[in-house]
Amino acid sequence: MFDTALTFNDLLFMLKGAGVTLSVTAFAVVGGTLLGVFFGVLRSQISPWAALPLTFVLDIFRSVPLLIQLILANAFQAIAGWGISPFVTSCIVLALYTSAYCTEIVRGAIEAVPSVTRRAARSLGMTWGQDLTQIVFPMALRVGLPSWIGLTLGVMKDSALVMWLGIIELLRASQILVTRLQEPMFILLVTGAIYFALSFPIARLGSRLEKRWQEND
Amino acid sequence: MIEIENVHKSFGALQVLKGIDLTVQRGEVVSVIGGSGSGKSTLLTCINGLEPIDKGRIVVDGTEVHARDTDLNKLRRKIGIVFQQFNAFPHLTVLENVTLAPRKVKGMGRKDAEEIAVQQLSHVGLADKLNVYPSRLSGGQQQRMAIARALAMSPDYILFDEVTSALDPQLVGEVLDTLKLLADEGMTMICVTHEMSFARDVSDRVAFFHKGVMAEIGAPDQIFGDPQQEETRQFLSSVR
Amino acid sequence: MGNYTFQWRQAFRAFPEMLEGALVTLQISILSMLIGVTIAVLLAVGRDAKSRWLRAPATAWVEVARNTPALFQIYMAHFGLGSFGIYLSPYAALLAGIAFNNAGYLCETFRGAMRAIPGTQLRAGRSLGMGQAKAFRLIILPQMFRISFLPTTNQMIWAILMTSLGVTVGLNSDLAGVTQDLNARSFRTFEFFALAAVIYYVIAKAVMLGARLLAARLFRY
Repeated sequence: MFDTALTFNDLLFMLKGAGVTLSVTAFAVVGGTLLGVFFGVLRSQISPWAALPLTFVLDIFRSVPLLIQLILANAFQAIAGWGISPFVTSCIVLALYTSAYCTEIVRGAIEAVPSVTRRAARSLGMTWGQDLTQIVFPMALRVGLPSWIGLTLGVMKDSALVMWLGIIELLRASQILVTRLQEPMFILLVTGAIYFALSFPIARLGSRLEKRWQEND
Repeated sequence: MIEIENVHKSFGALQVLKGIDLTVQRGEVVSVIGGSGSGKSTLLTCINGLEPIDKGRIVVDGTEVHARDTDLNKLRRKIGIVFQQFNAFPHLTVLENVTLAPRKVKGMGRKDAEEIAVQQLSHVGLADKLNVYPSRLSGGQQQRMAIARALAMSPDYILFDEVTSALDPQLVGEVLDTLKLLADEGMTMICVTHEMSFARDVSDRVAFFHKGVMAEIGAPDQIFGDPQQEETRQFLSSVR
Repeated sequence: MGNYTFQWRQAFRAFPEMLEGALVTLQISILSMLIGVTIAVLLAVGRDAKSRWLRAPATAWVEVARNTPALFQIYMAHFGLGSFGIYLSPYAALLAGIAFNNAGYLCETFRGAMRAIPGTQLRAGRSLGMGQAKAFRLIILPQMFRISFLPTTNQMIWAILMTSLGVTVGLNSDLAGVTQDLNARSFRTFEFFALAAVIYYVIAKAVMLGARLLAARLFRY
């Protein structure tokens, strides 16, 4: 079909890179979501002034380029002599980065629940905790889930930057092949197709959920 | 004069107007009543050409609205319409809302347009809200602004499409008072309305629409006192 | 901290050099936004066009921009175009990649803004005797501008953060590139990049603050 020097083994090499992309993403999203839910609930329940230090720190993760964050974290762990592998460093940085965005999503979703609804729940005799788990969380989940899916996709794309720490993920793998085979366009198209295959179904699912839930409102 | 002859209109398979005939003379106030889905609002949007019609014709002062060579933008200057949703332009102040069309459609200078706008806004009791944005107004005030906006084009006819339906009950009165004022001044008006006392007190004639047909038309005393059709009787007893 | 001693003085001495890099960063961001907004408008028109030949490429652009990494898009401009004998400098490749990305995201922002305005607004304009184009320009466009202002500002911040990717294709004149150069000469990685992070942060916050102030002035309704 195509006249290319790309062998099956090379393709396997790329898919292995895609596996690294996925695992970095998975660690980051799971860790980031746990942290983000915790921070988000905290932020929505305490006064904005009390939350200021947390807000400030999380905002840094959203206002400094991820690449710089990765470089800084890696340099810092080397200085501290912790001997953490680049892979673990990457996962930690990406998880913190994810948590910063996730916190905003969770907070926004919780605040989207009308206070009259919550008052109604409390007037029925529900406790603060019941109100949160029975009323607020289920309602907030609907509001927040589409954004959370968007965040997951975003993290997967941003995870390409971990290559700077020497990790061979999908994009780095393809770059290695580009250098060796000198067929940049073809190899990058394959790379793009793999990224697309990873993210498009999730994106579709997200927009479908959003549409379905809007119809039910 | 507005002449409506045998007008048919469907949305897909749904027939909304099934042959409407109605003539409205200059200076006349006609109220249109009827249940929801009876086609009364659709008729209004057809009169100023916002909706095409399938059959029949609508002639305003000798100009056929849906004729191919009719300049609708020009025609619409003489037919104002006020909607149920106020459709305030949120990005403009009250004064700017009212001056926009005179300036940009009629090409009036800012000063002249503002003079007219202030006059019309005073007319509807909003002289003290000129530089306020619509979001700061109550529903009744927004609706009165919309009326002033239509009046500022000095139209010959005004169509009112359930202008009080979206209002809180305590705000209905102020808008109806404005309509009464216009009627007393001799404005030609077609009012689609659910306010029966308004229809009875203000109109010269009342038309009852039922399932896309004008079932009955007559003087308010006759329609409300001695309805000829069974549907009219049923409708009136249901709204009382 | 072992036996490492932080040497901040060296980093501070390089501050003017890094500020010059920050100017290049800003320049690339602004240019990429200007190009991005222009293309986004065309894409938005294209995506809702009747002709499939307009719709398909516009949709493809938007989907690729939104579903692949920004770095991938920059690689495409830098390495990929080489297959057609087009060799872009790191600066041009970075600008092209970010502009491509901006256009894809902004196109959806603009379309969303258009949909957020009730159709009755256009109708109200038409009922006052305005033509389609006039009603769009006077009624819809100003409201669209307001709705899309904040998302567009956010995209601008994204563009600023994305410029740091230039260093991966060998750009050495922007903030990240300058910092990397300094780093390569001195190996004071942490100090230099920490300073760079502060500069990025300040730029991002300044742009956000500026946009907020502007919005407060522009949109009083």
